[in-house]
Amino acid sequence: MSQHNPVKLWRFHGGVHPPERKELANSTAIRSLPLPTVLYIPLRQHIGVSGNVCVKPGDRVLRGQALTEPGVYGGLPVHAPTSGIVGEVIEHPSNHPSQLPEPVLPISPDGQHEAMSFQALTDAMSLSPLKLIQHLHNSGVAGLGGAGFPTAQKLSQARNIELLIINGVECEPYIVSDDRLMREHAEGIIRGVTLLQHILQHEQQQPEAIIAVEDNKPEAISALRAALGETHSNIRVQVIPTLYPSGGEKQLIQILTGKQVPVRGYPADIGILMQNVGTAFAIAAAVDKGEPFMERVVTLTGEAFQQPGTAWVLLGTPIQHLLECGELNPSEQQRIIVGGPMMGYTVADPLTPIIKTTNCILAPTAVELPAAENESPCIRCGMCEQVCPASLLPQQLQWLAKAKDHEGLAKHNLADCIECGACAYVCPSEIPLVHYYRKAKAEMREERIEQQKSEIARLRFEARQERLEREKIERQERHKKAAEAREKALAAREKQAASDDTTPAADKGASDPIKAALARAKAKRALQQEQQQEAQQPAPAATDIDPQKARVAAAIARAKAKREAMAAEASNAAKTEQPGDNNES
Amino acid sequence: MSFYIASSPHSHQRRTTHDIMRLVLLAMVPGVIAQLYFFGWGVLFQLTLAISVALLAESAALLLRDRPIKPALHDYSVVVTAALLAISIPPLAPWWVVLVGTLFAVLVVKHMFGGIGQNIFNPAMAAYVMLLISFPVQMTAWMPPAIEGYTAPGFMDSLWLFLTTFTTEGYSLEQVRLVELSGSFDAMVMATPLDYIKTELSQGYTLSETLQSQLFSVFAGAGWQWVNFAYLAGGIFLLQQRIITWHIPAALLTTLGLFAIIGTLAAPDTLPGFNIHLLSGGAMLAAFFIATDPVSAATSNKGKVLYAALIGALIYIIRTWGGYPDAVAFAVLLANLCVPVIDQYTRPSTYGHGGAA
Amino acid sequence: MIWLTGIITLAIMALVFGLILGFAAVRFKVEGDPLVDQIDEVLPQTQCGQCGYPGCRPYAEAIANGDDINKCPPGGEATIQKLADITGREAKPLDAAHGVEDTKKVAYIREDECIGCMKCIQACPVDAIIGATRQMHTIIADECTGCDLCVEPCPVDCIDMIPVEAKTERWRWDLNSIPITVVNTVEAKTAAAKNEQEQP
Repeated sequence: MSQHNPVKLWRFHGGVHPPERKELANSTAIRSLPLPTVLYIPLRQHIGVSGNVCVKPGDRVLRGQALTEPGVYGGLPVHAPTSGIVGEVIEHPSNHPSQLPEPVLPISPDGQHEAMSFQALTDAMSLSPLKLIQHLHNSGVAGLGGAGFPTAQKLSQARNIELLIINGVECEPYIVSDDRLMREHAEGIIRGVTLLQHILQHEQQQPEAIIAVEDNKPEAISALRAALGETHSNIRVQVIPTLYPSGGEKQLIQILTGKQVPVRGYPADIGILMQNVGTAFAIAAAVDKGEPFMERVVTLTGEAFQQPGTAWVLLGTPIQHLLECGELNPSEQQRIIVGGPMMGYTVADPLTPIIKTTNCILAPTAVELPAAENESPCIRCGMCEQVCPASLLPQQLQWLAKAKDHEGLAKHNLADCIECGACAYVCPSEIPLVHYYRKAKAEMREERIEQQKSEIARLRFEARQERLEREKIERQERHKKAAEAREKALAAREKQAASDDTTPAADKGASDPIKAALARAKAKRALQQEQQQEAQQPAPAATDIDPQKARVAAAIARAKAKREAMAAEASNAAKTEQPGDNNES
Repeated sequence: MSFYIASSPHSHQRRTTHDIMRLVLLAMVPGVIAQLYFFGWGVLFQLTLAISVALLAESAALLLRDRPIKPALHDYSVVVTAALLAISIPPLAPWWVVLVGTLFAVLVVKHMFGGIGQNIFNPAMAAYVMLLISFPVQMTAWMPPAIEGYTAPGFMDSLWLFLTTFTTEGYSLEQVRLVELSGSFDAMVMATPLDYIKTELSQGYTLSETLQSQLFSVFAGAGWQWVNFAYLAGGIFLLQQRIITWHIPAALLTTLGLFAIIGTLAAPDTLPGFNIHLLSGGAMLAAFFIATDPVSAATSNKGKVLYAALIGALIYIIRTWGGYPDAVAFAVLLANLCVPVIDQYTRPSTYGHGGAA
Repeated sequence: MIWLTGIITLAIMALVFGLILGFAAVRFKVEGDPLVDQIDEVLPQTQCGQCGYPGCRPYAEAIANGDDINKCPPGGEATIQKLADITGREAKPLDAAHGVEDTKKVAYIREDECIGCMKCIQACPVDAIIGATRQMHTIIADECTGCDLCVEPCPVDCIDMIPVEAKTERWRWDLNSIPITVVNTVEAKTAAAKNEQEQP
C-alpha cells in the first residue's frame, strides 16, 4: 500500500482564477421546493443504455418505485421521485446542448408525495461488496460529478484500488451544491466513503481515502473534519489551493499524488478511484435508508435569480419550475446555463428536465457575464498554452481545427482536451476555442465512423460479387451436366432402336408396330420428364393459394398504377417505360 | 423572447488585445522620455508621423482586403508596430525615412503575409533592416547624447531638420553634428557607443583606451545607458502586468551577458564586457518589446527560451564580428526564420503521454 | 585541348550521377498506393450507381482515367474535397445531374405488405436484406447504406427510405440546429406571481 505524505501537494500545468462568485448562493441552507405540476423522467440519465419501461400509462406509482428495469445490456434503472400517475413515453427535448428529443416518461404528481416502503440494507459492512454493488445498481446511483457513469459499473470494474479520492473540490465558479452538501450532510458523506472503502477492499485491505476540498470552503472543511473526528484513521480531508480546474479528475489526481493518468487509460490503471461527494452521499442513502436515487442538490445562481440558493430538486423537474422558484428576472438575451460558467451548456427549452448529472442552473445577466461575440484573429500571444491543464497547444489546435486538418489534430492530441474552457477564458482575441475543438472532435468521430461503415460496405459488396460469381458457375455446371445426360439418353435410345432392328423380318411386321409404338411412347415420356426436370430447377414450383394470389395481384396492380401516374407526371418528352411490365412473378 | 444559445465558456477575463497593446505603449513611455531628454525632439516627430501613416496604411490595406476596419484599428497592434519602428531609427532622420519604413512594415511585412497574427517577421525589425540597407547615410546619423555641454537642437531646428534636412538657419545635419561635436568631442567621433568602439578598435586602439572617451559613463554609453534602463523599467512593468512572461527577456539577456563575459575573459582588450552589451543599442528594447512580439516569436515556453537565446547569441556574434555596429534587427529576423523549427521540436508533452509533468 | 578535357569530365560526371540516380530509383523505390485504390478508399461504398457507373470501384477507375470527381451524391462535398486532394484537380460543386446531397437515409420494409418476391434482395448491392422466397423480407438497418436501389424493384412498393434518427452522441455541435423555443410563460408567470404578492 503506497504512502501518501499528508503535506506534499503537486501542481498541474496552467489553470486560471475566474471570479468565484460563490457568495451568491452559498449562504442559505439547501431548501425544499414545492412539487412541480409535471415531471419528465428521461429513461436514460447516464452513460450507457436505458432500461425497459416496467410501468403502463395510467399506473399510479409511489415515490421510489422503479420505472425501468435493466434489460439485456444492463441499463441503469430510473425511479419515480414522487407519487403520481404515469403517462405514455414521449419524445421530449433532452438535457443536452443539442436538445435533441429523447424518450421521456411523464409523471403527473398527485401532491401526496407518498413513498413506498424502502428496504434498507442492515449491517451493510458484513455484506459482500458484490451484494452492495448490486444494490447500488438497483438504486440507480450514477456519478454525480458530471459524467454520469453508472456507479455500480465503475465499482465492479475496479481492481486493486489503493487510493480512493472523494472529489469535494467544486472548482467551477458559482456552483455551491457540493459545498452546502458537505456543510449540512458531512456524516452522510463520511458514511458513503466508508461504504466505498468496504466495497473496494482487496486482499482484506481497504483503500486509503482522501476527501479533497478547495480552500475557499472553510465551513465545509470544518464540518467534514468534525464529522470525521478521531474514529476514521484511513480517511482524511485534504485542503488544496483554489485554482480552476483542480476538480477535474486528471488534474486532481496529479495534485494529490503527482502521478498522471496514462493516455486512453483510467485512474483505476494506477490504483486510484474517484467519486464525487454527492455520489458518496447517494450511496449512503441507498444503503442505509434503502432510498433509490430520486433527487439531488441543484444550485440556482446568477444575478437574474431573485432567490438564488441551493435546493433539493426531484429528478425530472422541468427547469421552468426552478426558474419560477428562484424567481427569474430575465434580461436581454437571457441565458439559462446548465452547469457552471466555464463548462456549462445553454438550454433553450424551459421544459428541459433536471437529470442525475445536473448540478447547477446559472442565469446570469448580460452585465454579469457578457457574451463574447467579437472573435478577432489569433495574435499568437500564447496565453492559452500557459493555462491549459492538459499541457496542450490550444493555439495550434485552433489553426488546425479551422483548417480541418484531422491528422494534425490527432498528432497534437486533441483527444486529450478536457474542454475545461481555460484557454477560451484567457484568449485576448475572444476566440471560442472550445467550440472549435468540440466541432473538430465531432467531425473526426463522424469521419471515423463513416470510414468504418464504408469499409464494411465494400467488404459486403465484394463478398456479394463473389457469391454471384459462384452461383453463376454452379448454374453453368448444372446446365452442362443436364446437356450431357440428355445426349447420353439420346445415344442410348438410338442404340436401342438399332438393336431392335436385328430381329427377323417376319416378326417385325407383327410385333414391330406395337413394340415400336411402345418404344416411341416411352422415349417421349422420358424426354418430357427430362425437360420438366430442367425447367423445374431454376424456378420454384408454384403452389399459390387463390386468395393470396388475388391479394398479390391487387397489390401489384396498385403499385403499377402508382408508378404509371408518377412516370406520366415526371416525363413528358422522354419515352416512359413501365417498370411493372417486366416484373410478373 | 427566447433563451439565448451560446457555447461554453460563458465567462471571459476582460483583457483583450486592445488592453494588452495599450499597456505595451504605456511601458514604452519611460524609454521615450529618456530618448527625448538625451537626444532631443526628433523622436516625437518620428512617432507622430509613424503612427499616423500606420493607421492610414492599415485602413487602406483592410479596405483592399475587404476586412472590417474598426475592430482591427481598435486593437492598437499597428500603433505598437509603428512606435517600435519610430524609436529605433535616428531621431533626426528625414520624414520620408520613417514614412517608407512604416509603409513597408504595415503593407508588405504585415498585410502581404496575411495580416495580424500571420506575419512571419517582426514588422518593425524587417522595416528597420530595409531602411538600414537602403538609406545607410540617414540611418547612421545618430546625434551624441546631451551631456558635457552639448545640447540637442531646439524644437524648431529639430522640426526643420526632420522636414527639410536643414535647420532654420540652413545648416545640414552633418554640419550640426560636426559643429557641436568639435566643440565638446573629438572631431572624428561617431555617435553611438557601439559605433565608436567598433571604429576605434579597427584603428588599433585597445578597449580600455576607447572606454576613456566622454561618450562612456558609469555603466555603459552616456545617455544610452539611461535609455536602456528606462526600457528595462518598462519591461519590468510588463512582466508585473503579466503581458509578457519572463522566458524571453531572461533568456535573451542571460545569453547575451554570458557570451559577453566569456568574450571579456578571453580577450579583455578587444571585447566589451556585459555591461556595455546589455546597456547599449537596442538590447533592452529587444529583450522586452521586440523579441516578445507574440506573433513572430515561438509558441511554447521552452521554444521561447530557445528563440530568445538564439537572438542573444546572434546579437553578440553580429556585433562583434559582423559589419554593423548594432545587430538587434538582424538577430531578430534570423531567429524569426527559425521559429517554425523551434516550434516543431519544443512541443510541450501532453498530460498522460509519459513526458515530464 | 582544354575544352576536350572539359567535355570528357562533364560526360563522365553525367554518367556517374546518372548511374547513382538510376540505382537509387530502383533500390529506394517507394511502393505507393495505386491511384485507383486511393480513390476507392475515399468513396462511400454505397454502390448506388448514381454516378452512372455500376458501383464505386468502376467510378474510381473512371476518375483515375480522367472523369469528373463531382458525381457522387452520397459522398457529398466532403468526398469531392478529398478526391480533389488525391487527384490534384479542382474541387467542383456536386453535379446536380447525378443527384443532390441529402441526409443519410435507411431503407425500411413495411412488413404487412411484403410478398416475399426476392426482388429487393437481388437488387441490394451489400446484401443488407434478409429473407427467402415467400418468407418475410427485412432490412438490416446497420448494414444499409441508403443507396435507394431496392425501392424501384419492389412490385408492391413497400419500401420507404427514412432519415436516420439524430442521437445526442452523434451531434456535431451545430448551434444553429438547436430549435428555438419561444418563452412567454416564465416572464408572465413570475410577473403574475409578483403581482399576487403585491396585492394580498
